[in-house]
Amino acid sequence: MAKTLWIGTRKGLIPVRRRNSGWEIGEASFRGIGVPMVLPDRRDGRIHAAVEHGHFGSKMHVSVDAGATWEEESCPAYPPKPDGVPDTICPMSQEVIPWTLRKIWALESGGVEEPGVLWCGTIPGGLFRSDDGGKNWNLVEGLWNRPERSAWFGGGADWPGLHSILVDPRDSRRVLVAISCGGIWETVDGGVNWNLVGDGLVAEFMPPESAHDPNIQDVHRLHWCLADPDQVWVQHHNGIFLSRDGARTFDRIRGAAPSDFGFAVVTHPHRPGTAWFIPAERDDLRIPVGNSVCAMKTTDGGKTFETLRDGLPQEHAYHLVYRHALDIDEDGETLAFGSTTGSIWISGNGGDRWERLSSDLPPVYCVRFS
Amino acid sequence: MPRVDFTPNLARQTAIASREVHAETVREALDELFREFPGARGYVLDDQGATRQHVAIFVNGEAVTDRNGLSDPVDEGSVVFVMQALSGG
Repeated sequence: MAKTLWIGTRKGLIPVRRRNSGWEIGEASFRGIGVPMVLPDRRDGRIHAAVEHGHFGSKMHVSVDAGATWEEESCPAYPPKPDGVPDTICPMSQEVIPWTLRKIWALESGGVEEPGVLWCGTIPGGLFRSDDGGKNWNLVEGLWNRPERSAWFGGGADWPGLHSILVDPRDSRRVLVAISCGGIWETVDGGVNWNLVGDGLVAEFMPPESAHDPNIQDVHRLHWCLADPDQVWVQHHNGIFLSRDGARTFDRIRGAAPSDFGFAVVTHPHRPGTAWFIPAERDDLRIPVGNSVCAMKTTDGGKTFETLRDGLPQEHAYHLVYRHALDIDEDGETLAFGSTTGSIWISGNGGDRWERLSSDLPPVYCVRFS
Repeated sequence: MPRVDFTPNLARQTAIASREVHAETVREALDELFREFPGARGYVLDDQGATRQHVAIFVNGEAVTDRNGLSDPVDEGSVVFVMQALSGG
């Protein structure tokens, strides 16, 4: 059962600790500085935080004492661009896609049998791997050098962003990543070779002849059931999708109400048919449907959805929940989400009832239990 | 000898101190300083060695013209000043 909820915000990393009396908000680390991603590594108890200075760029920090103190560690860096390698031009803006770190957007631990391995996803789309717990990072060139990268583009950000990394609990060499907008990619050899997967995803924002191209899909978030990783859920720019074959093919899930537009999805760790979403009205209206906040839950693989509203504001609300701002504890019952307007909610019963811990926080980028 | 100064906001984030350096270009001036304070490099320059988008470097009150290569010359009396650009943040 989780003891701490880490909240990465526009103005620092805020711990919320479970007490006998309930959840208690603690003092922030990195006060005033953005924390787009945090990784509590369950293997060794370390907390890794991506810290994004407005002027001085992205840094990585690590804590070995549950956030009491931090040390700056090595930050993923793109290697020098080799001579003769042509610029990659964004197909949308026709501008050169930068060959430099713009944002750390995803951090995940490797498998339990590879204790030093960490994965890091970035904008402009590069994936990094560390084999020594974050002391050194290497760009995963097998993905970065794929010719298909020239068709990727930004979704919400100016440049392509790698935001989801799933390490297969059955075989740590198998990893799925998702990119906005660059589809879903799979490696089965620890990152040397990559295959484009995701047939069945549909990008309605593209011209019709490109809508089914797996390489330009805007997957907002990718999540799977730890007990059955062949069941992969996607919250996509154009709806909700479910794969039953490890992300090779997807079926579109219809009938999510009040909306199938949103960014975040989490799956129950033991029940693959159970997943939660936080909807917004639609692409061009990114506020809660009818200004009332809700979560959606399916327990039958998307055949039906329950709308969860108890404890959530039901009028005059403008909260948007980013893709990393919803998490579920390994108990499968404790969930939390945070909003762009600085509220954080937690539920101890699968979302049936929510408690707002604060409405005064900075915009929330990510939440993670440890 | 040319001198390198910094915005105090940088010193709040990483170990750095003003120094006189032996240098003929801004790049050489910064490189000498970063040999003493290696952790500061990534706060001023990006991973390709170019000036960060929201950092500005001045020599004697004039913004450097070569933000990527940092080839702007410095001489005995030069003061290189590293500051936050008034953007971003």
